[in-house]
Amino acid sequence: MSFVVNLALGLLFGLGLVVSGMSDPAKVLNFLDLFGTWDPSLAFVMGGAVVTAFIGYRLVFKRQKPLAAASFQLPAKKEVDRPLLLGSAIFGIGWGLGGFCPGPALTAATLGAAGTYAFLPAMFVGMWLARILASKRAAAAA
Amino acid sequence: MTEFTPIASTVGGALIGLSAVLLMAWEGRIAGISGIASRLLPPYADSAFLSRLGFILGLVAAPMIYLLVTGNEVLQTVSLNLPLMAAAGLLVGFGSAHGSGCTSGHGVCGLSRLSIRSLAATITFMATAFATVFIVRHVLGA
Repeated sequence: MSFVVNLALGLLFGLGLVVSGMSDPAKVLNFLDLFGTWDPSLAFVMGGAVVTAFIGYRLVFKRQKPLAAASFQLPAKKEVDRPLLLGSAIFGIGWGLGGFCPGPALTAATLGAAGTYAFLPAMFVGMWLARILASKRAAAAA
Repeated sequence: MTEFTPIASTVGGALIGLSAVLLMAWEGRIAGISGIASRLLPPYADSAFLSRLGFILGLVAAPMIYLLVTGNEVLQTVSLNLPLMAAAGLLVGFGSAHGSGCTSGHGVCGLSRLSIRSLAATITFMATAFATVFIVRHVLGA
């Protein structure tokens, strides 16, 4: 059941990326090019998404728990730490080079562009390296 | 040049936000694509693998469903520089996993929850992405 619900929600998310134009890296890179061919569309995507989620989350959090789980699983960490800033800085560089963040890259998987097939496997390798590093750190701290 | 699309982008953004709200209402999780995708890889800390797989498959299927419903192909321009795209993928994958989120987890969900960590992450990856595009397009002239 959760698989089917998640499939539908992933589809809704992906359709949002397609309708908003964010599945096209050229549009993302033009947003990031303030001093060139600037296209402000991405700011409107963020605006539409954040306003919707801000209102929707408030309604959802009025409930004691989610429909299909025992509790809400929200990030426990509150402090801004080194991995957060370092990781985000590295992510931004990669995003600026290729114009893909993880969602649009996955949505592009069936669209046949060669660059996507160079990007996606490398993205999973990068994620895997970060997970190994995190579990080593957790083991060292324990 | 890409066309500025304020209405389509706001509507698409709202669909993304709606997906995030419904995922929170259904099983209490953040709709962060880097978090969902990276946890498809081991080590497994919980039993939500199938849910995550469903969400990612939905994302991947979105352009095909869009084509079926609207009759329009999803158009995109992806760089043909394959080593560049592989490097971008590695940086995006490692950075987003190490920094606990990407454009969706920090940018959409985190900002909507008024998370200070997500605000710091979003400012950081936006800054390095803008800087990267500036250097690539206006300093190196690529």
